[in-house]
Amino acid sequence: MTIVARFQPPPDTGATAEFEYEGAAITAPLGISLAAALLAHSGAFTRQTAGGDTRTAFCMMGVCFDCLVEVDGVPNTQACMTSVRQGMVVRRQIGLRRLNGCSDS
Amino acid sequence: MGAGPAGMSAAVAAADGGLRVLLLDEQPQPGGQIYRNVGAGCAAPKWLGKDYAAGSQLVDALARSGVTVQSGAAVWRVDGGPRVVWSQNGLSRVTTAPYVLLASGAQERPVPFPGWTLPGVMTAGAAQILMKTAGMLPKDAVLAGSGPLLYLVAAQMIDAGCPPKALVETQTHGMLLRALPHLPKALFSPDMLMKGLGLIGKIRAAGVPRYKGASGFAATGDGSGMVNFSFRCKGKLQNLKCTLLLTHQGVTPSTHMSRAAGIKHEWNAAQHAFQPICDIWGATDRPGLYVAGDGAVINGASAASATGKLAALDILRASGRISADARNQRATTSLSALFRARAIRPFLDAAYQPPAEILSPPDQTIVCRCEEVTARAIRQGISEGANGHRQIKTSLRAGMGPCQGRMCDATVRGILSAGKASRMGGIDPPRARAPIKPITLGELAALSPQSEDTA
Ligand SMILES: Cc1cc2nc3c(=O)[nH]c(=O)nc-3n(C[C@H](O)[C@@H](O)[C@H](O)COP(=O)(O)OP(=O)(O)OC[C@H]3O[C@@H](n4cnc5c(N)ncnc54)[C@H](O)[C@@H]3O)c2cc1C
Ligand code: FES
Repeated sequence: MTIVARFQPPPDTGATAEFEYEGAAITAPLGISLAAALLAHSGAFTRQTAGGDTRTAFCMMGVCFDCLVEVDGVPNTQACMTSVRQGMVVRRQIGLRRLNGCSDS
Repeated sequence: MGAGPAGMSAAVAAADGGLRVLLLDEQPQPGGQIYRNVGAGCAAPKWLGKDYAAGSQLVDALARSGVTVQSGAAVWRVDGGPRVVWSQNGLSRVTTAPYVLLASGAQERPVPFPGWTLPGVMTAGAAQILMKTAGMLPKDAVLAGSGPLLYLVAAQMIDAGCPPKALVETQTHGMLLRALPHLPKALFSPDMLMKGLGLIGKIRAAGVPRYKGASGFAATGDGSGMVNFSFRCKGKLQNLKCTLLLTHQGVTPSTHMSRAAGIKHEWNAAQHAFQPICDIWGATDRPGLYVAGDGAVINGASAASATGKLAALDILRASGRISADARNQRATTSLSALFRARAIRPFLDAAYQPPAEILSPPDQTIVCRCEEVTARAIRQGISEGANGHRQIKTSLRAGMGPCQGRMCDATVRGILSAGKASRMGGIDPPRARAPIKPITLGELAALSPQSEDTA
């Protein structure tokens, strides 16, 4: 089910960045945080905890770590502390991150 | 460390006095929480108010001051010496300096209740940050909790054309009555009082429904993304459906860094939080380490600027640039600004106390969001003999996740003291250890003695 955004989209300020999120192309104003761009795109979850609970950005100031996503293959990236960049590839972070090369954590 | 009003004022005053200053902040722009994004080059929307616009003067003064500003620079360790270790773009560097000022500001007090981890539940400050940094306005939001910032966010939403659907307030008549004796002193902060009354007037005039003395918060999701928010008010169960539930119960000092740096802390019973112990100049028991702003004690932005300046003046004295007499003389305006800003605090602290059920929430509430530890599990841990943060942490992992206890320390303390505010100060503050911001092992391994500079 698509979940509509809980915020009105950011105003058009000129320069934008296009990036990929879960396979979809998203355009966002340059300068805003990745967490803001994801919240403007959809009100759905952006990470899943080890216990299967769904979460998304909560504090927007780097305190809660509920905005963790995978950016260009790097897990545990705080979306609220990362600015959007042209061409970045973003994925939801599902469960605990795995150690490189291990099939199970 | 920290480019909010405290850190910016201190840096400008120290540089004016002839010192070489490095200012580190993990945000992309200087400004701190109150003036987030103010210097980003775009005109601030009117609905953020004139207090927000005032921040651009500080940011401009900083730009002219000759201070080296490093943004996107997260400090993760401070040692005696002092020595500061900070990370920027995935690389860590070490800087030594004879004086280090910690101006790390505040965080919002966690508001735990069943359902507070659902997507669609956020802090009121988070929504305000989205308004300030991205011009994103909340849709159909309910504001719940208490405190001046809750009113400010409500008023900003009204001015922006997206008024809250309702304001659900936890403060009771009893709290307001207990706050009344502090009102005469608060008259020394007439600007703040008038501002507060103005905000409440605006909320009233906008016709936003208000529920007062609310309790028993609970939220559930319905699969479509809507949040069902229920609470009790005047003995009745109320239900509100919204896309966004924004909660707030005041702010507390961010003390991870000051605790990790080994500075002594004390319990502030009126504000229900630990804070670093310092003198009027911000000097602590650790040589060369100073604290200022809301990270030292919650007094708001004008006090933050004033304490930042006082710390800079004392650092100028300690480094032999000015005499103690000159310091005292130059401190008078900041001292009187501090007096005015502090005058209203006892009133605010009494009127907007966090309710007991937030300090010690119902069993099914997740307390540690990172490790998903419930209040029930913590109570069971206590019944099995855990008597402090450390035992709760080792036996249940509460506080062991990436946020390092920032979201659960206060609630674990509340549960340990069974929600009795009077007993909360008797429990030692939890340890905080470097790295106080998570960094990768690769980044740690790449740190070499060559990466050391002096500020
Ligand atoms: C979310 C939020 C919103 C607020 N909004 C308002 C408002 O609109 N109006 C108002 O009057 N008050 C507001 N306040 C209260 C507010 O904190 C202030 O009174 C004021 O900003 C305090 O100034 P300061 O300089 O002490 O700290 P801050 O302004 O909070 O600045 C602290 C700075 O330190 C930085 N920092 C923290 N830790 C690190 C680290 N480890 N490494 C590097 N940098 C670090 C932060 O990025 C931040 O920029 C808000 C508080 C919060 C938590
Ligand atoms: S939203 Fe809380 S850390 Fe990013």
